Amino acid sequence: MKNKILRNMLIPGLCAVAAVGIPAILINFSIIDAYTAQILTLAGINSIMALSVNIICGITGQLSLGQAGFMAIGAYSTVLLSTNASLPLPVSIIVAGAITAVFGFIIGFPTLKLEGDYLAIVTLGFGEIIRVLLVNFKGWTGGPNGKQFPTILTLNPAVAYLAIIGVLALLVILVQNFIRSTYGRAIIAVREDEIAANSSGIGVFRYKMIGFVIASFVAGVGGALYAPFIGFIKPDMASFTRSIDYLIYVVLGGMGSTTGSILASFVLTSLQEFLRFLQNYRLLFYPVILILVMQFRPQGLLGTKEFSFVKTWDGIPGFIDRVMHAGKKPDSSNTREEKNA
Amino acid sequence: MPDKKPLILQASDISIVFGGLRAVSDFSCELHENELVGLIGPNGAGKTTVFNMLSGIYTPTEGQISFWDRNGKICNINRKNPAQLNKIGIARTFQNIRLFGQMTVSDNVRVAIHSRRTVTPLDVVFRTPRFRRDETIMTEQVEELLSLFRIIGKKDELAKNLPYGEQRKLEIVRAIAANPTLLLLDEPAAGMNPQETVELMNLIAFIREKFHLTILLIEHDMRLVMGICERIIVLDYGKIIAEGNPADIRSNPQVIKAYLGQEALNA
Repeated sequence: MKNKILRNMLIPGLCAVAAVGIPAILINFSIIDAYTAQILTLAGINSIMALSVNIICGITGQLSLGQAGFMAIGAYSTVLLSTNASLPLPVSIIVAGAITAVFGFIIGFPTLKLEGDYLAIVTLGFGEIIRVLLVNFKGWTGGPNGKQFPTILTLNPAVAYLAIIGVLALLVILVQNFIRSTYGRAIIAVREDEIAANSSGIGVFRYKMIGFVIASFVAGVGGALYAPFIGFIKPDMASFTRSIDYLIYVVLGGMGSTTGSILASFVLTSLQEFLRFLQNYRLLFYPVILILVMQFRPQGLLGTKEFSFVKTWDGIPGFIDRVMHAGKKPDSSNTREEKNA
Repeated sequence: MPDKKPLILQASDISIVFGGLRAVSDFSCELHENELVGLIGPNGAGKTTVFNMLSGIYTPTEGQISFWDRNGKICNINRKNPAQLNKIGIARTFQNIRLFGQMTVSDNVRVAIHSRRTVTPLDVVFRTPRFRRDETIMTEQVEELLSLFRIIGKKDELAKNLPYGEQRKLEIVRAIAANPTLLLLDEPAAGMNPQETVELMNLIAFIREKFHLTILLIEHDMRLVMGICERIIVLDYGKIIAEGNPADIRSNPQVIKAYLGQEALNA
């Protein structure tokens, strides 16, 4: 029993450390070039956003179309906290996440009490309001021109990778721990059937709110990492199309599947960049992929299932037996770290 | 009705109005500890509406519902929501089964004992020893219940993949897991064949003794109602038209009229 708990912690833990550490070292010694590193790190940020969308849409079952708005709040908060309040960057990232969570609470309070798609409409409006506010509060936000924010994350790709994929791994582990607990079951029960959950002693509003606030926090952290990584923020990052991008990652990866969302974020972010030689035709790939997946796998790549490192690890000997040549291990450059029960 | 056992629920003259429709009017009933009462009536008589008021889904427009909790303390439950009522001891099942389809059988039951958790969010996020202890206790409770109802073999299956009869059973298990004193069963035998209905009758009698429950059930299957209920309340057009023991109800002219029409009575 003790042994099993240890195994379940060790295997995903080691995979996470490997996914964070090995590429960072490779980037540091320029074995992975700076351009690829940039794409992988950006995919990491997109994964954090997909994680956020998955918590609210996939796990809590409430459609939110304004996650980019929350991301922008996180990004601008970090910049203001670091430059105006001169907080150290890690502190301002955490505080920015907390500020975004407070915004989530304020938005969720009137809307989550209602049944139906009100949250989608309100968050849609919320994202646009944030964008317009960012454009108009010129003194603080720099208006439509945005704000420069160069940091060590902008200049050193290895540090950026280490920090951002590291935070992604940490968030995934903490969020998965929460979801695979009695609280997570309560939230999923609300998604499955509100009336039955309520009659089983689950306060529906409360658990929707918990899901929404966690999702806002994660989105805020995503934005808070985006700003120092790109080194530049502008109001456009709160736009509706960005929110839809993040939603697409989750739909493709599988609503309710954390690993699926992250996998889809990495695939789609890389695809966008690596298909640049096709020039504008690459924009065709996105909808084509979307149509194909919806046609042949409407539940998304992984459905609601999770990729499990422990099960994959256990499966390796059998796999080697079946195929005479070496079994393929999970790609270490990928961040499908998973806390498995 | 003379009864030495203490009251557990008392509804006095409760009515509910939807728009211009008076769905239930002046419904009164008293439930005593460990009683098994049936609520019957033709389709659309308002039975489920009564259930929804007793379980907090609807708030009655008029009238008063009182409930005596585990410690014998009286609560006014008119304005309480279903989650609060579940915590003080009222659990229910639904006419059209409402399980958490994408969750496993054992997780369905675990949801119902969520309110008895001993962990905080910090415990679960950082997987403290307290979290493991709490999960172990929960698993023990859930597995004990599932084996009692003989669906332990399917504990890891998704609830939506269970056969119909077992889904109904699982809903009852989930209701009982909340440790209620009053159990409301909304048409537990709907869609069951005669043999399954007999098994269900035994099951209801069994859980009533085992968990010392008071049960109020809605049912169309007369064999089940007449077979196990001590007292029956008959509802028609939102009003109580008869109340009494099964023998009285069977020969009550008003009940026959409601169910079979005036002609049947004249014949």
